[in-house]
Amino acid sequence: MSNIKSAFDHGKAFIPFITCGDPDLETTGKIVRSMVEAGADLIELGIPFSDPTAEGPVIQDGNLRALSNGITTDDIFDFVRELRNDISIPLVFMTYANVVWSYGMEKFFETCQKVGVDGIILPDVPFEEKDEFDIVASRHGVDLISMIAPTSDDRIAMIAKNAKGFVYCVSSLGVTGTRTEITTDIGAMVKKVKAVNDIPCAVGFGISTPDQAKKMASLSDGAIVGSAIVKLCAQYGREAVGPVHDFVFDMKAAIS
Amino acid sequence: MSKGRFGIHGGQYVPETLMNAMIELEEAYRKYKDDPAFNKELSDLLNNYANRPSLLYYAKRMTEDLGGAKIYLKREDLNHTGAHKINNAIGQVLLAKYMGKKRVIAETGAGQHGVATATVAAMMGMECEIFMGAEDCKRQALNVYRMKLLGATVHPVETGTATLKDAVSETFREWTKRIDDTHYVVGSTMGPAPFPEIVRDFQSVISKEIKEQILEAEGRLPDAVIACVGGGSNAMGAFYNFIEDKDVALIGCEAAGRGIDTFETAATIGTGKVGIFHGMKSYFCQDEYGQIAPVYSISAGLDYPGIGPEHAYLHDIGRAKYVAITDDEAVDAFEYMSRTEGIIPAIESSHALAYAMKLAPTMDKDKIIVVNVSGRGDKDCAAMARYRGEDINE
Repeated sequence: MSNIKSAFDHGKAFIPFITCGDPDLETTGKIVRSMVEAGADLIELGIPFSDPTAEGPVIQDGNLRALSNGITTDDIFDFVRELRNDISIPLVFMTYANVVWSYGMEKFFETCQKVGVDGIILPDVPFEEKDEFDIVASRHGVDLISMIAPTSDDRIAMIAKNAKGFVYCVSSLGVTGTRTEITTDIGAMVKKVKAVNDIPCAVGFGISTPDQAKKMASLSDGAIVGSAIVKLCAQYGREAVGPVHDFVFDMKAAIS
Repeated sequence: MSKGRFGIHGGQYVPETLMNAMIELEEAYRKYKDDPAFNKELSDLLNNYANRPSLLYYAKRMTEDLGGAKIYLKREDLNHTGAHKINNAIGQVLLAKYMGKKRVIAETGAGQHGVATATVAAMMGMECEIFMGAEDCKRQALNVYRMKLLGATVHPVETGTATLKDAVSETFREWTKRIDDTHYVVGSTMGPAPFPEIVRDFQSVISKEIKEQILEAEGRLPDAVIACVGGGSNAMGAFYNFIEDKDVALIGCEAAGRGIDTFETAATIGTGKVGIFHGMKSYFCQDEYGQIAPVYSISAGLDYPGIGPEHAYLHDIGRAKYVAITDDEAVDAFEYMSRTEGIIPAIESSHALAYAMKLAPTMDKDKIIVVNVSGRGDKDCAAMARYRGEDINE
C-alpha cells in the first residue's frame, strides 16, 4: 500500500502535473517545492517521452523542450531522490509504456521504490494490458493508477474493482489540453467507481480555471491540472516558479 | 497475456478512451469476416472497382539480364490508385460502413494510403480526413492534391519529425476526440489489435492470387517471395498464404536510408529493439531510454520507426528474413526497372526489387522469385529526378 491515499485526507485534493526538465531540472525542483507550499496534495511528475500520443500540443511541447536538453530517466530518478530530502507529499510518475519497458520493468519499479515514487500513470496501458506492469509495480509498492474515460461505460466497474491509489477520471474525449466546457456526467462516473471500490477519484483533462476545478472537485475527490501549468512553464521558462505558485494557490483555494 | 498477440508482440496499448472502440471494431470484424453479404460486396469492389486480380508478370528481360532465378512481378502497381493500399482501404471503409460509421480518418506516409482511403470514401459517400506529416506533404505534393480532389480534408502534421510516425500519433489523437461516428482506417499491419490482423487479412488477397497464378504458370510454388517493409502491409499480404509452405523463403526489405551504420536509417529489424509504441509491442528504432528515434529514408512510405507485430514474430521464429536496402540501391533499382521492363515502380517497391537484383544472380536458373511491386512510381519521379540532380517542377 502506497502513501497516495493520504493526499485525500484533508478535503478535496489538488493535483498539479509538471514535466520534469522543462526547461531544466533545477527549475522543476523549485516549481515542485513552490507547488507544495501553495497547497498541492499530490504531484504528477512527467517523465518526458518523444511521442506522447495522449497529449495535446501544450504538453507535447513541454516533453520536447525537456528532451531537447538531454533529460533521461536516470536524471529524473536522481532528481526525485533529491526532492525526497524535504518533500513528503505523494509523488506519482506520469509517462508512457515504452519509457518503463525500455528501462527494464524490474529495475524501473525497484528504483521508484528506492527514491520514493508512490505511483505511476501510463495512459497507453489500458486494463487489458496492465498486469504486465502492475505485477512488478505492486511488488515494489508502486500503485499503477487506473484511468476511466467518458467512453468507459460498462468497463468502469471492472477497472475500479482492482484500482489502487486513486482512480483518474478523464473528463472528456480527446487528448490533454484546456477546454472551455466539460459536458461529461462526472458524477455518474464517480458513482460507478464508488459502487465497487471505496477509492478516491480525481478528475483530469481540460481543467484550467478555478471555477472548473471547483466544479470537478465538487463531483469527485480532487482535480488534476496539467496543460495550464505547462503553459506557464512555456511562457515563463526559468521564471515560472512564481506564476505556477500563484496558480496552484488559487486552484487549491477554489476547491477547498 | 492480452488479445492480438504474435508471440510476445502485438497487444492493445491504447488509452482507455479508445478501448470500447477497439472492442466494437473487434466484434464487428468477427461478425462480418465470414458474412456472405459482406464478402460478396468486398469481392465485387476488389474485382470491379480496384481491378483485381492483379497480374503476375514474368520479367523476362530482367531475368535474362541478371542471369539467375526466374523473376515474376506481382503487379499491385496496376490496381486502381496505383498501389496495394486500395485492398485494405476497400475492406476497412466497407467494414466502417457496415458498422454505421459516417466518417473515416487515416494517416498516410507517401500518400498512397491517404489517396486509397479518400478514393473509397468518395465512392461510398463518406466523410474523410487524412493526417500527413508536413515534411511528407512537401515530398509528395501531388498526392496531397489528389486527396483534396477526391474530397478529403488533408491535415499537415507539424509535430515531432513531421513524418509518418507523427501522422499516426495525430490520427490516434483525432480518433480519441471523435469516436462514435468515426473509424480509423489504419494503413498498415500495425497499431493495436485487431488492426494488424484486419489489415493482414484484407491484404492477404495478394498471396492468395500469387499462389494460384504461379501454380498455373509454373506448376509449383516459388522459392522466394520478396517485398518491401515499412509497417509491413504489402509484405504481410504477399507472405501470408506462404507461411505454412516452409520451402518458400520470405524476405522483407527494410529501408536502410543512408545505411544501417548511420543515424539516417529506418531499418527497424536491422537497428531496433523490442518496445511498446503506437498500440503494439514490436521492434522500434529507439534510444536506450525508449525515446523513439527520428528515422530517415528516401521513401516516405517506409520512413517509420516500427514494424508490424506479425513481422516481428516471423523474424523471432526465423520464418521470414529481413534485409536492409539503402537509398542508393533503391534508386538504382527504380531506374533499372524502368529501363529494363518498362515498369516504373514506387520507390518503396524499389527496395524489394533492389534485393531481387542481388539475390537472383546467386540462384540457379530453375529457381523462381516473386517480387511484390507494391505500387507504381509516378509519384516519385520528381523526387528521383532531384536525387539525380535534375531540377524539375512537378
